[in-house]
Amino acid sequence: MARMKFLCDAERCIECNGCVTACKNENEVPWGVNRRRVVTINDGVVGAEKSISVACMHCSDAPCMAVCPVDCFYRTDEGVVLHDKDLCIGCGYCFYACPFGAPQFPQAGAFGLRGKMDKCTFCAGGPEKDLSKEEFTKYGSNRLAQGKLPACAEMCSTKALLGGDGDVIADIYRQRVFNRGKGSEVWGWGTAYGKPEQRAAPAGAKS
Amino acid sequence: MIDPRKLFLAGAAIAVALGLAACGERDQVTVYKQGKYQGKPDNKPWENDPAASLYTTSKWTPGDKTSWESALRTRNLAQNEYNRVQ
Repeated sequence: MARMKFLCDAERCIECNGCVTACKNENEVPWGVNRRRVVTINDGVVGAEKSISVACMHCSDAPCMAVCPVDCFYRTDEGVVLHDKDLCIGCGYCFYACPFGAPQFPQAGAFGLRGKMDKCTFCAGGPEKDLSKEEFTKYGSNRLAQGKLPACAEMCSTKALLGGDGDVIADIYRQRVFNRGKGSEVWGWGTAYGKPEQRAAPAGAKS
Repeated sequence: MIDPRKLFLAGAAIAVALGLAACGERDQVTVYKQGKYQGKPDNKPWENDPAASLYTTSKWTPGDKTSWESALRTRNLAQNEYNRVQ
């Protein structure tokens, strides 16, 4: 099996926040912590408004894992990045390292305490006995151990958010692009870093 | 009458036993090794019995990774609504 990934189709996302609600409900995430959220750009601009659902992207080379001073992160065989809350010291380094703002810290408490880190688990629980009460209390639901996919993706009403084996969801997305004739430009190297013809020459460079 | 020498030896033996008991104390501090996961081991999802969970349609043989992957792939493909309408 390839790696477990999320893919959000910006052409389909309608900013309903159903994925956020599903995640909250499935994992009983505490108040103030959002494992998943919907980001909208060009809000209100007709034709240019795009939304995308963002959570932990379960990076293949995860920066959170690299910077953690107590090495509480691990990657499962399915490519899901998880962490041990019994080891986490709540330092927040992972939050600074993550490009998606995925790590969350509960702020509840008399002095605004920064508790142990909480993030999307791809509904794969954590390092406790599968489907146990301890696992649910610390990490939320373990849907992979039940043969299910993450709740956010499975209940997305427009199927904008796809979750699962990277190969399979890439095939689904490719079929969509072929059918509607556009959408491939949303992803890729050129979109992330600029097309070669658009790339400006560095300052001071000799022509 | 109890021999004072034996009494002394018995007392010394008890003192040594109690003293050495402290040597059996486990480490209270985790020794971190750079770059390696230091937490608890996790179970594999395919090791679970599908009957242990409620409301799931996925079926696989507990311990068989291939059958679990197959079940999950079926579930994964259900996200493609083109398969439903065609």
